[in-house]
Amino acid sequence: MKYISEFRNAEIAKGLAQKIQEAVDPNRQYALMEFCGGHTHAIHRYGLPSLLPKNIELIHGPGCPVCILPIARIDYAIALSHLPKVILCSYGDMLRVPGSDQYSLLKARAKGADVRMVYSIDDALKIAEQNPSQEVIFFAIGFETTTPPTAVALMQAQAKKLKNFSIFCNHVLTPIAMHTLLENTTEPSPNLDGFIGPSHVSIVIGSDAYKNVAEKFQKPVVIAGFEPLDVMHSILMLVKMINAQEYGIQNQYTRAVSSTGSTQALKLIEKTLELRDTFEWRGLGWIRHSALQIRKEFDAFNAELRFPLNIPEGKEHKACECSRILRGVKKPQDCKLFATACTPENPLGSCMVSSEGACAAHYAYGRIS
Amino acid sequence: MTTEIFKAKPKINLKHGVVEMNHGAGGRATHQLVEQLFMPAFDNPWLAQAQDQASFQVEPSRLVMTTDSHVISPLFFPGGDIGSLAVYGTINDIAMAGAKPLYLSASFILEEGFALRELQKIVLSMAKAAREAHVAVITGDTKVVEKGKGDGVFITTTGIGAVPQHVNITHKLSPEDKIILSGFIGDHGIAVMSQRQNLQFNTDLISDSAPLHELTKTMFEAVPHLNCLRDPTRGGLAGTLNEWANHYDVGFFIDENAIPVRDAVRGACELLGLDPLYVANEGKLVTVCSASDAEKVLIAMKAHPLGKQAAVIGEVIADSNCFVQMKTIFGGTRIVDWLTGDQLPRIC
Repeated sequence: MKYISEFRNAEIAKGLAQKIQEAVDPNRQYALMEFCGGHTHAIHRYGLPSLLPKNIELIHGPGCPVCILPIARIDYAIALSHLPKVILCSYGDMLRVPGSDQYSLLKARAKGADVRMVYSIDDALKIAEQNPSQEVIFFAIGFETTTPPTAVALMQAQAKKLKNFSIFCNHVLTPIAMHTLLENTTEPSPNLDGFIGPSHVSIVIGSDAYKNVAEKFQKPVVIAGFEPLDVMHSILMLVKMINAQEYGIQNQYTRAVSSTGSTQALKLIEKTLELRDTFEWRGLGWIRHSALQIRKEFDAFNAELRFPLNIPEGKEHKACECSRILRGVKKPQDCKLFATACTPENPLGSCMVSSEGACAAHYAYGRIS
Repeated sequence: MTTEIFKAKPKINLKHGVVEMNHGAGGRATHQLVEQLFMPAFDNPWLAQAQDQASFQVEPSRLVMTTDSHVISPLFFPGGDIGSLAVYGTINDIAMAGAKPLYLSASFILEEGFALRELQKIVLSMAKAAREAHVAVITGDTKVVEKGKGDGVFITTTGIGAVPQHVNITHKLSPEDKIILSGFIGDHGIAVMSQRQNLQFNTDLISDSAPLHELTKTMFEAVPHLNCLRDPTRGGLAGTLNEWANHYDVGFFIDENAIPVRDAVRGACELLGLDPLYVANEGKLVTVCSASDAEKVLIAMKAHPLGKQAAVIGEVIADSNCFVQMKTIFGGTRIVDWLTGDQLPRIC
């Protein structure tokens, strides 16, 4: 426990807040994007905005795996859950995300589909072993953080020769998303001064993974841990880099992140998954080489091959601004639906579902600021 | 000899038997279950009247009545079971009106195939809980549903209590009134969760499930006027405070540092991505009283075993948005919103 409480120390926070206050140039604005939903959650849960100078603006990025999944993929998962003899497993938040016509996996369950919430893909493997006469499909989502467990599950399923287990793979990649965000010229994201860089993702892929994007667009990126002191410290580092007009990568989260990442995890991913030609992101559109698919050697566990379905283009709620909010072009409170028609109880867009989503976090914690 | 045979009462097999449909059909099997299991366990003169209702006298006073259904899974958990929980849950709802709990009814919905041995354990636990709390279970009902249509046992208890003359809950909240919490939050929810099939983890944590009427009695003896009183069960402390803020049209400002949370609960919440503020309690209460009474209430609470860790956790503020705000352990300020969806399924 001490390892956690040390990173939430209010006295040290006060000191850091003071240092940030001293470091900022009062004559300018600092627009910082926290890429990950985990940071968004930490920022709001600990009330960080109330500790920061007014001219530091934190903009939520697209780093919430639940939020960036396009409606068509959710519709696909829902259609899978309604197939006969199927048990569809996924993480809790995914069950509530609305697909087309506000239909969700939870609603599918209420209508009789066997949809189960699991805490890890390992549980889905167990369910498959315990139910040999049923088809168990794991709805895999997430950035590089949740990818290694999927890789391990594929290898285990192969080793155990499971006949009734498959994965609906939706793993996406982080650096390319950052690239796309900065490259968008038709509807540019606000002039971002710097990034609070991914935490757990970077443990897997290493801090060097963002080098190209940081250099190409001349932006400072500070890899930051998820504890509130990590975030404060990273903000101070970013402010100093911005003031000195430096760009490139700095690593605040040195206790976990190396420059090259986890060789072992990367090997597992390499062995089981490969780049997709293209993949649709909510908010960012179709991005080449931005996601992973299951390698041929593991075809037997690829739910998309075993249950090929024709899913029509997903229908977004017309007034939903999730796609712009995910790029930092708009803020949750700029959306007409925010806190009126769209609430955590009745989410109309994906950003209102996960506690890491910009709208949900802003709704739950931020309405006073 | 023949008449002896007709008079003999066949024993139900509590050791190896299971609940059968005819246990709820109103015939001989129902009668046997009531006579051999429920009656001896709850044993009291009102139940012994053996009628479809219990008849009792009460002193003239303001009465309160409440009902609560219990559908917890698993049925047995560290620190309690569905039986004791069904007694304490209803006692606490009565106690939160400042009332003395008098009588309970108990209604059982049993699933066909449920082991009678387990049912007996639950009923005995329920009877023990009621006896220790000096409350009698004076009437009841049993129904059986087909296998697969229930989850072992569901229990509904209804309770009646009497409010002593001196007790006054004002239901009026003003800025600067103090919020007092009786002790550690989240023990029940996490203890139950630790036993779930897909989520077993090792913890010494036990549920805080307990009857609170003696604690409230002590509090009202010290200060007869409390502004409001509630046991924060489902939805946790955050749920109760949000309900109050909306109902009484005020805001609350609480201090995260002042809220007692055990390390084990904090750790489990960290791991599971939960917030202790939303985790259920079954033996805690939260009250609001005037700033001038706060010290007296706190002393009275601390003098009772169930209120030893009582603490002032914040105060009422004027706020037309009716927000619950919190100074975080980190020194920042944020909103504590209602719980969305279900943090833990079926915890009470």
